Amino acid sequence: MKFKRIAIANRGEVAVRIIRACEELGIETVLLHSEADVGTRAYRLADKKICIGPAPTAESYLNIEANVNGALAGGAEAIHPGFGFLSENSHFARKVIEAGLVFIGPSPEATETLGDKVSCKNLAKKLGLPLVPGYEGEDQSVEKLISEAEAIGYPVIVKAAAGGGGRGMKILKNFSEARELIESAQREALSAFGSSKVFLERYLDRAKHIEFQIFGDATGKVVHLFDRECSVQRRHQKIIEEALSPSLTVDLRKRMGECAVAITQAAHYRGAGTVEFLLQDGQFYLMEVNTRLQVEHPVTEEVLGVDLVKAQILTAQGDPVFIDRAVFQPRGHSIECRLYAENPYLGGVPSTGMLGRVHFPEGPRRRFEYGFESGDEITPYYDPMISKVIVWDETRSRAIQKMIRVLKDTTVFGVHTNIPYLIEILSHPEFIQGKMTTRFIETYFAQPIAEPSLTDAEKFFVEEAQRRVPRAGTQNLTSSSASIGDEVSAVWMKSWRGV
Amino acid sequence: MEVLSSEIEKNSLEFQSNKKHMEDQVTVFRERAKLLKLGGGPELVKKHKSRGKLTARERVDSLIDPGSSFLEFSTFAAWDMYEGQAPGAGVITGIGVIHGTECVIVANDATVKGGTYFPMTAKKHLRAQEIAMENGLPCIYLVDSGGAFLPMQAEVFPDKDHFGRIFFNQARMSAQGIPQISVVMGSCTAGGAYVPAMSDENVIVKDNGTIFLGGPPLVKAATGEEVSAQDLGGALVHTELSGVCDHFAENDEHAIQITRNIVAHLNKKRAVQLKQRPVEEPLYAASEIYGIVSRDSRVPFDVREVIARIVDGSRFHEFKQNYGKTLVTGFAHIHGFPVGLIANNGVLFSESALKAAHFIELCEQREVPLIFLQNITGFMVGQKYENEGIAKHGAKMVMAVSNARVPKFTVVIGGSYGAGNYGMCGRAYGPRQLWMWPNARISVMGGEQAANVLLTVKLDQMAVKGETMTLEQQNAFKKPILEKYDLESSAYYSSARLWDDGIIDPADTRQVLALGISASLNKAWGPAQQGVFRM
Repeated sequence: MKFKRIAIANRGEVAVRIIRACEELGIETVLLHSEADVGTRAYRLADKKICIGPAPTAESYLNIEANVNGALAGGAEAIHPGFGFLSENSHFARKVIEAGLVFIGPSPEATETLGDKVSCKNLAKKLGLPLVPGYEGEDQSVEKLISEAEAIGYPVIVKAAAGGGGRGMKILKNFSEARELIESAQREALSAFGSSKVFLERYLDRAKHIEFQIFGDATGKVVHLFDRECSVQRRHQKIIEEALSPSLTVDLRKRMGECAVAITQAAHYRGAGTVEFLLQDGQFYLMEVNTRLQVEHPVTEEVLGVDLVKAQILTAQGDPVFIDRAVFQPRGHSIECRLYAENPYLGGVPSTGMLGRVHFPEGPRRRFEYGFESGDEITPYYDPMISKVIVWDETRSRAIQKMIRVLKDTTVFGVHTNIPYLIEILSHPEFIQGKMTTRFIETYFAQPIAEPSLTDAEKFFVEEAQRRVPRAGTQNLTSSSASIGDEVSAVWMKSWRGV
Repeated sequence: MEVLSSEIEKNSLEFQSNKKHMEDQVTVFRERAKLLKLGGGPELVKKHKSRGKLTARERVDSLIDPGSSFLEFSTFAAWDMYEGQAPGAGVITGIGVIHGTECVIVANDATVKGGTYFPMTAKKHLRAQEIAMENGLPCIYLVDSGGAFLPMQAEVFPDKDHFGRIFFNQARMSAQGIPQISVVMGSCTAGGAYVPAMSDENVIVKDNGTIFLGGPPLVKAATGEEVSAQDLGGALVHTELSGVCDHFAENDEHAIQITRNIVAHLNKKRAVQLKQRPVEEPLYAASEIYGIVSRDSRVPFDVREVIARIVDGSRFHEFKQNYGKTLVTGFAHIHGFPVGLIANNGVLFSESALKAAHFIELCEQREVPLIFLQNITGFMVGQKYENEGIAKHGAKMVMAVSNARVPKFTVVIGGSYGAGNYGMCGRAYGPRQLWMWPNARISVMGGEQAANVLLTVKLDQMAVKGETMTLEQQNAFKKPILEKYDLESSAYYSSARLWDDGIIDPADTRQVLALGISASLNKAWGPAQQGVFRM
């Protein structure tokens, strides 16, 4: 079957990305949006839009019922969940299917098998795939835990079984401090999560984050579309990603790719997914599987010349993808930077408000995936990412050079951005040499970067530019407001009440 | 276009005290409105909902397009009247968007005395119809009413602008091509039965909806026949037997859905096209208006500071800036719509009135909606002014205002006194909508002036008899007059009696005006009457 209309259960740049893919395939779009997102680019581009609730995500983007009802009301035949929000929620996928719609993504069963960390690990063990050595047994006596730590080999990380976010985490460097730290981790786990149970795992202190893009087509065949490296992370949040990884040998790439295909093929995976690994000292360990499109998918698209979102939709329709075998021959190097509305001089606190003039310097193989334009507001409700900036060039060093130039020429007024921070990272020798690990940011960028001092003339210029904002963000509303009527003025399109 | 640059000192004591003063008034306004939104109170709302009904506000919210605005009228109708028995006069009215079509919605609130019609209920209903008529907006009546409030029937039933006028209006609008849609969600008894009966298309809700000229008790008394309400005039009867209704709905939600579908098929097109521009927010925050408007109505402020916070990009093309300076006129855009603004910046002189008349003619010729920002003590008095003919110059302004066919919108941002009210398009001059800020005052003259006029007359009378008053006696004479004026000139007193269309937060002015202009594009404005006379 061919879809006539697809609902998008997401927002921001990924919603725009999906709209573009649909437009190219001749499919109409219905944007399921919250009240806060009326002034965004996706809203202006979608053919139809349906408000599914107020700004808080729990009441809109995470509200399963509202999303399903919205898609039905909008006359969609399928839902694309984008990434984040409900994209990896198998319960949502089930509700979508029950409502008679197509869920663009893997089956709920595949999501449950691979998305749940325990069942994913069990499957990997069954298939004999490498996992980080660890202990998750029921015997929680300190003696047992110490002997397991010895067997795993130091350094060992102790994690609360019930929790996350760093609480109850300890790193054991050697035997002498093991007892004290295990007991302390148990105490913290008990007070924070109500259970003293802990897991042990080999602590990889200089690991790299490598991931493989995989894709299961409509016939059930899974292939891998090569790797990406995302070692530049701040508090587990990726900032810069690239394809291919500068750290893999031909042999490693082959083995890791086979491993990625093996686990997803075993789960009968359909559509786009990502298998994440840690790599240290030539050893790789399977970490987790993300059962959705990845934020950093464009770098893979750039080096292979594919369109993953289109491929997702075609697969959901039952159509073949990657017909040209040349797509399996990567060429050149691609880098993506996530451009955030945050203050780099204050350690990256979010910087919300109305965007002033925004300009992206177009050019060959420069790609900007953005959800906001001049005059739009960065609200505190959601992730403050303004845009993804993606470049491609023949070699990695040229791609880095190109990215720095592009970032320097990018203009964003109205809010602070992490552009200066990104430029410093890209210029760091360890990054340039491709040696960065997941601890790169905490090692070299623990302190906020220094704020440059401006001359009075520069300050005046900035203030003037901020003041003379071309607030053009809403100008397309009248012509493209299909959900609310083709003629009615845009002024009606916010849930304003006078009393 | 010229950008207004603000001269306001936001840190000044003046700004801060004004701001505090206005914030207090807006807080009172919001809190009072919150009370009114409870309808007949939690107990009655609970009882209402136990019947499977939505409240009037819930009905309106689910009827309009999700996430869209609702321009509510006369929230404060009947405020402090009828011993507080009729909050909001028991009906909610306003303009909302349904499938992209702007509609007037009239929703009875059955938690307020069973949705019966007090005098102000009828007035509010009729005003909503008047707005629908002037702007060519389809009417949706969400009916749940027991008809006239019987203890006050003499003030509700017989006169021209009483209950019967509702059906007259329905008939006239239907003939003019303005769709009339009813949704029977509760009782429609006696006269009330004609709301759905006179509608073009209607919906009735199972169990709760009934329509009959005489209810079961009346039938029993008149003919001895015993019959249940459902058998007499329930949803099944009217959709299967009588044909009084067109659509059968299982419940309120279903009825709303059907109604939305009805509107989707109205084939309503816009009649007027304006040359719109991309929307720009003003350069300055609307909330700064709070600090600009003087807390003491006698202290002047530059109204351009207010304009800069209402119009797109704070751009204002001022007309005749150096002539008749107590009135500011000029062109701007609000939410992309072209507008002509007329705003008081002091008392009206002959020159200001001539300038206004000239400017109104320009807007007429160019088909630009007019916005009046009223803050006016009146026309200048005195020999010099009378001798130069201020009365005839004022008359030119009133003549121009009265005959302007472009939509007019009035916002009272301060005082509205005397003939100034007329020239500045007061209620009697047919603005499409008239809004009051919470600080606004309206009366024939200020309380102090009125007391002094009456005192002078009194003293003249006494002087004939050779008597006089001490200062103390004079103050005692003036006190009740001042008190009466103070009470009767407040925005709430005005809004309670439908002298306006509602009280608004000054920071919402731009939104309210833009919605009003948008709605006014649904009916052709007719041709201009004459050329532009240079005054």
